[in-house]
Amino acid sequence: MPVSAAAGSERHNVSHAYRGVPRWTYVVAVLAATVVILPLFAMVARVNWANFLPLVTSESAVSALGLSLRTSAVSTILCIVLGVPLALVLARGRFRLQGLLRALVLLPLVLPPVVGGIALLYTFGRQGLLGRTLEVLGLQIAFSTTAVVLAQTFVALPFLVVSLEGALRTGGERYEAVAATLGASPGRVFRSVTLPLVLPGLASGAVLSFARSLGEFGATLTFAGSLQGVTRTLPLEIYLQRETDPEAAVALSLVLVAVAVAVVALAYRRPAGAGMAFWKQRTTPAAAADRDVL
Amino acid sequence: MKGLTGLLAAIVLMALAGCSTGAGSPSGDASAAGSSAGSSGGEALTVFAAASLKNSFTELAKAYEAEHPGSSVTLSFAGSADLATQISQGAPADVFASADTKNMDKLQQAGLVDGDPRIFATNTLAIAVPRGNPAGIRSFADLAKPGTRLVQCAPQVPCGAAATAAEQQTGTHLSPVSEENSVTDVLGKVVSGEADAGLVYVTDVKSAAGKVESVAFPEAAAAVNSYPIAALAGSRNGAAVQAFLDLVTGPEGQQVLADAGFGGGRQ
Repeated sequence: MPVSAAAGSERHNVSHAYRGVPRWTYVVAVLAATVVILPLFAMVARVNWANFLPLVTSESAVSALGLSLRTSAVSTILCIVLGVPLALVLARGRFRLQGLLRALVLLPLVLPPVVGGIALLYTFGRQGLLGRTLEVLGLQIAFSTTAVVLAQTFVALPFLVVSLEGALRTGGERYEAVAATLGASPGRVFRSVTLPLVLPGLASGAVLSFARSLGEFGATLTFAGSLQGVTRTLPLEIYLQRETDPEAAVALSLVLVAVAVAVVALAYRRPAGAGMAFWKQRTTPAAAADRDVL
Repeated sequence: MKGLTGLLAAIVLMALAGCSTGAGSPSGDASAAGSSAGSSGGEALTVFAAASLKNSFTELAKAYEAEHPGSSVTLSFAGSADLATQISQGAPADVFASADTKNMDKLQQAGLVDGDPRIFATNTLAIAVPRGNPAGIRSFADLAKPGTRLVQCAPQVPCGAAATAAEQQTGTHLSPVSEENSVTDVLGKVVSGEADAGLVYVTDVKSAAGKVESVAFPEAAAAVNSYPIAALAGSRNGAAVQAFLDLVTGPEGQQVLADAGFGGGRQ
């Protein structure tokens, strides 16, 4: 992406700023890092490398990984399609109860997934709010791959909305305002100015949504069930293997860790640049705007 | 680094302390009867039991505490495989009651069991259907009818192994819409009406009476699960453990278990 040069110069300027850190924070920081890293290390230490390949290439494992990747991809697309307009409305719209809407939409971020699963069950389940209507239309959602995608979208959508809304807010509205004065319609402004400006934020939001979908467990188990090739995603397969074959569970966990590491690396690829526009509040969008728009 | 190691050790200790109170918390109501748990002479027993034993063992623990004043019984219920893993990882339990012989054998081979396990109960499969039996299930063969939404346990867990045995016995090929990790998950999907039928234990149908209906099938006799109970090698409460085992395998225990729907054990 063309952002890195601009972001690099920004970073250079910042390097003269105050960087004092109390010494004791290093000790606690190391401890904090240990809390996260030690369990991962302990798990990797338990991997039976001699059997690793057969364990992760078993029919059920490959089927679960494939299902996880497919459903997460579909969920991510759904998150983008639904999340971009929602983030735009939340960031730029002016209407009553906007704050309440934001709070409700972000609720799945803090909700235990099993609660989400129960909520989905009473919405799309056979006896649920929409379930009867859907059944009349010949649609059965419970126990289907659609249920897995719904559960993933439910938990992952807030990640995209949060990332994108942050990017929209920090990006400001001045370029859009200029475009509007030059006669561009709101649709044209959105396509030609807003979207290119927040693309980094959208990308990191999409990556986070994908990661969250990949890790979805509680809502899927509660709402979708567990059947090989249909609803048993990799986390569910790990949970089941753990009953009889802890070695297989550890090996599959490592696969999921590897995928997660790749995803995080993708999202944080440019610490001061393209990734994580939501967290890098001031630097990127303005720099990107200078380059891409003007 | 020394300070760091100390801090880490402190955190690990705190976590362990949290763990042990966590394991003790399910005992809440069960140990309530042992009002003088902390006083002298009070024997504290920790019993790990399969999830399906929850109602009967809670009742038996209360009976034990009433018969042995000053004692307290801490109960921990989970899937048998989970409990066996916890015990092999050093969980401080005195007694293990498993829903299958497989997990007990695993602990016995690891040298964690004291003496020979005793079969104290048996459980058989039953078909649970939502109230009103909307799919009209009358027999095991009906479960294979096209369009029937059947939920059962995965073959990896005891109730799923029993379902597979019944399937082989009858020559019926079942195609469930979901294979759950525990029998309670299967029951939940039937109670909520998501499934047309679920393969669960007789005791589950009994405990959910009013919420589900039961369809008995003769082929269930081919897939009887035996529940073994044993003292664990790490226990230091020999006499109390023996007294608890005697209670479970004796007439009083057998009556409580029979009331819950279990079949009798072997002496």
